[in-house]
Amino acid sequence: MITLPEVLSLSALIFCISIAGIFLNRKNIIILLMCIELMLLSVNMNFIAFSHFLGDIHGQVFVFFILTVAAAESAIGLAILIVLFRKKKTINVDDLSSMKG
Amino acid sequence: MNTDLMIALPEITLFALASLVLIVDAFSKDPLHVWTYRLTQLSLLLTFALVITSTPDIAFNSSFISDAMSSTLKAFICGITFVVFLYSYEYLKENKSIKGEYFVLGLFAVLGMMIMASAYSLLSLYLGLELLSLSLYTMVAMQRNFDSASEAAMKYFILGALASGMLLYGISMIYGLTGQLQLHDIAVAIKSGSINHSYLVFGMIFLIIGMAFKLGAAPFHMWLPDVYQGAPTSVTLFISTAPKLAAFAMMMRILVDGLLPLMADWQSILMILAVLSMAVGNVIAIAQTNIKRMLAYSTIAHVGFLFLGLIAGTATGFSGSMFYIISYALMTMGCFGMVILLGRNDFEAEMLGDFKGLSERSPWFAFIMLCLMFSMAGVPPFLGFWSKWFVLKELVASGFVELAAVAVFFSIIGAFYYLRIIKLMYFDKATTMTAVKSSKQMRMVLSVNGLLILFLGLAPNALMALCLSALAG
Repeated sequence: MITLPEVLSLSALIFCISIAGIFLNRKNIIILLMCIELMLLSVNMNFIAFSHFLGDIHGQVFVFFILTVAAAESAIGLAILIVLFRKKKTINVDDLSSMKG
Repeated sequence: MNTDLMIALPEITLFALASLVLIVDAFSKDPLHVWTYRLTQLSLLLTFALVITSTPDIAFNSSFISDAMSSTLKAFICGITFVVFLYSYEYLKENKSIKGEYFVLGLFAVLGMMIMASAYSLLSLYLGLELLSLSLYTMVAMQRNFDSASEAAMKYFILGALASGMLLYGISMIYGLTGQLQLHDIAVAIKSGSINHSYLVFGMIFLIIGMAFKLGAAPFHMWLPDVYQGAPTSVTLFISTAPKLAAFAMMMRILVDGLLPLMADWQSILMILAVLSMAVGNVIAIAQTNIKRMLAYSTIAHVGFLFLGLIAGTATGFSGSMFYIISYALMTMGCFGMVILLGRNDFEAEMLGDFKGLSERSPWFAFIMLCLMFSMAGVPPFLGFWSKWFVLKELVASGFVELAAVAVFFSIIGAFYYLRIIKLMYFDKATTMTAVKSSKQMRMVLSVNGLLILFLGLAPNALMALCLSALAG
């Protein structure tokens, strides 16, 4: 039987991987978008685990809302990515540094 | 059920009207989008009227609340957005880049802010926040001919999504520990004392990090200067005003309505954020030459001040914060209004040098800018002085004398860069003598905006009483 701490550890691990991905990655913005999705999924796993072990349905409802918002969010993220690529002809993270100070 | 819909009537009306504006705009062939603009302003006025006549109640299975705080903040959100759209319309017309979507997305963002102000469960709070954020990301990126806008939008998007992720992780921890999403139930569950305290603090830290990101408090402020600078001024103006009120509402809902039993813990975390924000904001702002970027750092500093009222931890302290954020929104609205006023077609007056010798070019608007800058710096008798005084008074009353001293120290440093603009306007030679020209409407509203700062400073009691009554009880 899988216990609650095991699921929570796994989701915490995934959450850490996604944060590390956002801060360490210096190559590609698409990888950043993937990291953001991964982060939301780890939160979803948290919610589902709590919902299951508490016997409370609200957590699972919350997950549906997160999934919907995440879909809208990645649509907007990709749209911004396309605008950026048209303007700069690159999606390299290091090239996003025209503003300083 | 029926009454539930009545309680959320302002939101429902705004949603219907925003959809209507979207349809009207889709069929409009007018390059100036006059009707889109007029309908948008009408919707805001109608929503404003519905908000101030609303009665306090709780609806939708206790996930939506209409109380004095939410109605006050919502009324200010609608009013401020009305003026913001008026300034933006001038800006967009001047730059020949009017798009109907600007107003539609703006209305949806206002809807998100209103939901945040009225949220009484973590789910509705999250949905309101996302509605606001997603609209703002798009608005920043919308002006595709603007050079740095897409870069600013990308940074805003990545860090905003990161903040949402942090906030959600915190929400999931709090949900898992208390088994509740409704804010009042969370407070009750925590108060019962059966939940491990350190786990709760762990969840709370993620919530605070998420909110600090959204507000732009140091050390989570990296996105803010870039977004303010990169976005078109019309959008910067919008981002820097009304959403701050919504973010304040979010902090109040989570920290006061939900996590009040953990006050001692969040006070100490906010203290660190407040001191860091005031230090980073005020010191780095001195080095800026771009006024939009300078105002971004000034925002960070003001957010630090906003936290001070929350740290005081009393109802009057929270009113102080509310007074602070409302007066901040009014001031910053005027400042960006000035940037728009001085800009012309294909020229943005975004460098500090563009303000040189303004008193020769337009003595009246130099005076308005003087009011705004003195107010930002906290010089009496302007509004900004009273907002700082109110917050500091409550802070000292709660016994945080050292913190108040630190705050005063940093606002003295901060006064330097506000006064520098006044020096540029009055004591430097103008580089250009082109007259400041814009429509009558714009001049009038901007003058009223500036004079309001002065008059509210001379008679601050009405606004103070409003904030006190909004958070009493």
